[in-house]
Amino acid sequence: MHQASPVSEVPTIVQRVKIKRTYWYYLRRWPIIPLIILSALVFVGVTAPWIAPNDPLKQHLPQRSAKPFYQDGSPYLLGGDHVGRDVTSRVIHGARISLTVMAVAMSAGMVIGTTLGLVAGYAGGIVDEIITRIVDIWLGFPFLLLALVAAITIGASFTVVMGLMVLLAWSGFVRNVRADVLVLKELDYVAAAKIAGASRTRILVRHIFPGTIGTVTVIASLSVGGLILSEATLSFLGAGIPAPTPSWGNMVSEGRDYLQTAWWTSAFPGAALFLTVMSLNFFGDWLRDRLDPKLRQLD
Amino acid sequence: MARYLVRRFLFAIITLLLASMIVFGLSRLAGDPLLIYAKPGGYGMSPQRVEDLSKKLGLDKPLAVQYLVWLGRVLTGDLGETIVAETPVSRLIGQRMIPTLQLGLAASVFAIVLGLPLGVVSAVKRGTGWDYFARILALVGQAAPQFWIAMMAILLFAIILGWLPVATAGPDDVPLWNWGKLRYFVMPVVTLGWGPAAAILRLTRSSMLDVLDSEYVKLARAKGVNSNSVIWKHAFGNAVLQPLTVAALTLAGFITGAVVIERIFAWPGIGQLTIDAVWNNDFPTLTSTVLVLTAIYVGMNFLADIGYVYLNPTIRYS
Repeated sequence: MHQASPVSEVPTIVQRVKIKRTYWYYLRRWPIIPLIILSALVFVGVTAPWIAPNDPLKQHLPQRSAKPFYQDGSPYLLGGDHVGRDVTSRVIHGARISLTVMAVAMSAGMVIGTTLGLVAGYAGGIVDEIITRIVDIWLGFPFLLLALVAAITIGASFTVVMGLMVLLAWSGFVRNVRADVLVLKELDYVAAAKIAGASRTRILVRHIFPGTIGTVTVIASLSVGGLILSEATLSFLGAGIPAPTPSWGNMVSEGRDYLQTAWWTSAFPGAALFLTVMSLNFFGDWLRDRLDPKLRQLD
Repeated sequence: MARYLVRRFLFAIITLLLASMIVFGLSRLAGDPLLIYAKPGGYGMSPQRVEDLSKKLGLDKPLAVQYLVWLGRVLTGDLGETIVAETPVSRLIGQRMIPTLQLGLAASVFAIVLGLPLGVVSAVKRGTGWDYFARILALVGQAAPQFWIAMMAILLFAIILGWLPVATAGPDDVPLWNWGKLRYFVMPVVTLGWGPAAAILRLTRSSMLDVLDSEYVKLARAKGVNSNSVIWKHAFGNAVLQPLTVAALTLAGFITGAVVIERIFAWPGIGQLTIDAVWNNDFPTLTSTVLVLTAIYVGMNFLADIGYVYLNPTIRYS
């Protein structure tokens, strides 16, 4: 054995490759980048009024279609839109809409869907039949199309859009939660609870519901990206969040006619959407592998 | 199995009926349909004329009766007239159907032709550059909003590079296989087909990985069957069933995709008609197009069910 020379303090090529590999290892094993992006999204969304450099609604006509990255004396980082509003501030405020979809619509849908799944699975019989059929029929609708008609006839507003998103979100939970309950309710500890005299509600809430939390989390995280895209699509078609409130979907739409002169009006909010949804998908996949291996497909 | 299919069929019918009720209900919620034709007490509208008009349109009857009358007309193919041009909606839809079907068909072919082979390659060459390329393609297809991809494609290929036309389905008098017509299809087809291609790719990849890991494939390899033959003859046939049936489902998603893509590319199809109807407050057209699109959607779902039953004998019919 020869002694380690002083030179080997500097990592050799092999060691360097190893170090590189461990970085890769952690980057692949933990959803670090998606989590950073999502944390940034939450931070930006929550603190939007304080960190946005400008008023997202203030029009400043001399700066219309101002170039991004402060080129040619432009005052805006990501440029100005066709009426001179600051795209940076609008993207920052737009994060709030997507966050609300995530926080409000997804949670409401989750509560409704999980409750229905729990009830359907535990009650069985005619109740189960009815709930399952409703879900079947609901999943057969081309939802976005009907939402389009609904938003136009009722009038597009923040509340209407969130309501529609709840209607879209709930159905995904019912089947899987129900399937879980069918297994859980046959287990011995549930029988024990029954013998001990626990009421049906107590069994459902205290003993069966905790067993479905994994499934619920996984489904929520896997479907939230699609939900954000649905809201953006509605807004893009002019049936979502009404202008001038900035949502990423309607910002892309507003930039449509100015693609030639001011591509940044559409490009940046769309990129924000893309990054957000991609991070959510990554995170969802990771969570699924962690929490619910039976939902896993070989990847 | 026949019972299962009959049940699925009944559900399809119920879904359609419910959709028609929702559409009808919503169109009434928007306000008195008479207001679209004429404001009561407005210029040239005597109370007598208002009454005549509402009698003519059947608005003096209860809502349920109105619905049934409307449904009866729709079932016999009478979709009413457009508000502005007063042309029959059914004829308009007939005209607009062809470009939409062309677009949808081309996008399906694109999605399958791209998704299936790439899925197989990415499973077989797992962990290589091909695999990463395919997975990035799938990742972008599933996470990037369609409308954004479409607009960025226009920016790059039409505005900056000038290779492809921005909008419309191209001239009508040029045959479809001519590049002069075909170039109009490239961007809409790719942007519409990318998402479904991504879904098909991921499914093919995972089911192919499953199959490649199975005993019979290992046996085939062990007895010395050459690699190509193992992949395409032994494994592929088995692995492709699930993605193909799911493909039918994702293709149903073209319906909403078509609305977005047709709007961006000014494609003269039924999706564009729907959006125009939205902006014109043209309810006869809007309700009709939405109904027709819903019918297509439900029909495709039903076909996917049938395909699933035929291709997968182990499905539980419950």
